[in-house]
Amino acid sequence: MNRRLATTLLHGALLVGAALTAFPLLWMVSASLMPTGEASTFPPPLLPSAPTVEHYLALFARADMGRYLLNSALVATAVTLVSLFINSLAGYAFAKLRFRGRERLFKALLAALVIPAQVAMLPLFLEMRALGLVNSYAGVIVPAAASIFGIFLIRQFALSIPDSLLEAARIDGATEFEIYWRVALPLLRPVLVTLALFTFMGSWNDFMWPLIVLTDDDLYTLPVALATLTRERVQDNEFMMAGAVVTTLPVLVVFLALQRQYVRGIMLGGVKG
Amino acid sequence: MSTVTHTDEDLATTLGPPAAPVSAPRRTDPGRTDPGRGWRPSLPESAASRAALFFIAPSLLVIGAFFFLPVAAALALSLTDFDLYALADPGTARFVGLKNYVELAGDPDFWQALRNTAYFVVVGGPLSVAVSLGAALLVSSKLTRWKGLWRTVFFAPVVTTLVAVAVVWRYLYNAEYGLLNSALGAVGIEGVDWLGDPAWAMPAIIGLAVWKNFGYNMIIFVAGLAGVPEELYEAAELDGAGWWARFRHITVPELAPTFLFVGVITMIGYFQLFAEPYVMTEGGPLRATVSVVYLMYEEGFKWWNLGYASAVAFVLFALMMVGTLIQLRLQRSDP
Repeated sequence: MNRRLATTLLHGALLVGAALTAFPLLWMVSASLMPTGEASTFPPPLLPSAPTVEHYLALFARADMGRYLLNSALVATAVTLVSLFINSLAGYAFAKLRFRGRERLFKALLAALVIPAQVAMLPLFLEMRALGLVNSYAGVIVPAAASIFGIFLIRQFALSIPDSLLEAARIDGATEFEIYWRVALPLLRPVLVTLALFTFMGSWNDFMWPLIVLTDDDLYTLPVALATLTRERVQDNEFMMAGAVVTTLPVLVVFLALQRQYVRGIMLGGVKG
Repeated sequence: MSTVTHTDEDLATTLGPPAAPVSAPRRTDPGRTDPGRGWRPSLPESAASRAALFFIAPSLLVIGAFFFLPVAAALALSLTDFDLYALADPGTARFVGLKNYVELAGDPDFWQALRNTAYFVVVGGPLSVAVSLGAALLVSSKLTRWKGLWRTVFFAPVVTTLVAVAVVWRYLYNAEYGLLNSALGAVGIEGVDWLGDPAWAMPAIIGLAVWKNFGYNMIIFVAGLAGVPEELYEAAELDGAGWWARFRHITVPELAPTFLFVGVITMIGYFQLFAEPYVMTEGGPLRATVSVVYLMYEEGFKWWNLGYASAVAFVLFALMMVGTLIQLRLQRSDP
């Protein structure tokens, strides 16, 4: 085939694919700016006749969206900070400290990756109830405070830290924790950023567990609040679209700003161990 | 630590194609000391073990208490009749053996959920992988310009919040004023009541799922494609192999490990279908979109039949294991 024609066809296909992919997101924004009822007219308009932010105002004034936004930010930030610390401790130890049973323990953890989280959810709920953590931020945060995937990611990266550096610090009299904190952590920074991004987005987007453990709507995270809102206000499309924008936009912006690190996480995690 | 600049290079070598194991030791690393050659660590093994225990204890505690323990408890729970009364007074729950599993086998609702999930996995999974591969091929072509831009657009749905985009898609699928039907109408195709027709609800959910997920696998395929040696294509081109022949005889076999990885993670993800039906259809119409996880949620947290729901969860787990083993086996028997 002619090279020029091939290039044109290729870019045509890419353009169509990109348009189809982006359309639902662009349209979500467009519909959220339409006056009430306009999105349900026929034929459906692509752009608002008179753009308005009334639905966003209503979301924050009447539907308590500010509260949910804050809840989501709080939960996702706490999960990220806590799990980053705990996972990096373990990942570093699995990579750099020799101890008996290390390989076997690590393999057992990896094998457990195939167990779907849902299997644990019913007893986990009972456990949370016994601990008095149902309907609390802690109920969402604590089970996510460590993850096998996170430990795996840190370990893969920590393997490349030269032992000589750690030895030098040991000879200088540093404690093992100091070595982790002052020597290893700075070297692990790229993977920490990657894991932080993964964890933050995962927690922000998480739906099923918060839906189960949070019963009081004061504590709802955005996805749970949005799902509840949808069931109550089926007809109010423009309003729901504004809610969808508020829920999705923060992670999209974070992703666009830091996509290199995010993609790196897929690659690091996407390699069989 | 400004003197240490090796991490970025390490990452670059680490980020090779998925086929290469990341953990391969770097033999060229001058800092790596071989313990077998008279080198002795300044840290005695007992001290290392103590430190390591202190380092891994928090994560093991969390994972043990909030994952391993519940999984084990789920198995035990599935052998009891734990229900709403037991929730108030756990003493009333009784051991019933395999009764829940036997009941499941005779429960048409469960079979329906199983069929729906199988439909979603068997149709949606391969479709998703195919679209991912197609996008990766387009993005990776030598002739493609602005690769980063296309990649970003294709990837964007992956990071969106599922509940939010499910709300958007429910609207796109609306029978009266949805954009999908109006677009179909514009080209002379009669629209469908996507989410209201039992025959179309699951295909509609598959549409959303493929749109949402294909970017993730695309990234993995792009990395896999980057690892295929260029000489293979050049040699084939010299031999007069066309585009299709090169794809079939070079790309596909070279990507085999990537296919396995992508196939397994996609299948595992698709088995866990829940939020889409929860938001878009509430399992309807006529329970056509009740998935196994949705059924587990309903039985467990709506009707509080925790024993029965645990049995559902374990059947799901077993099915996923079987599915994974089948894929591993298929891969091995491939030439």
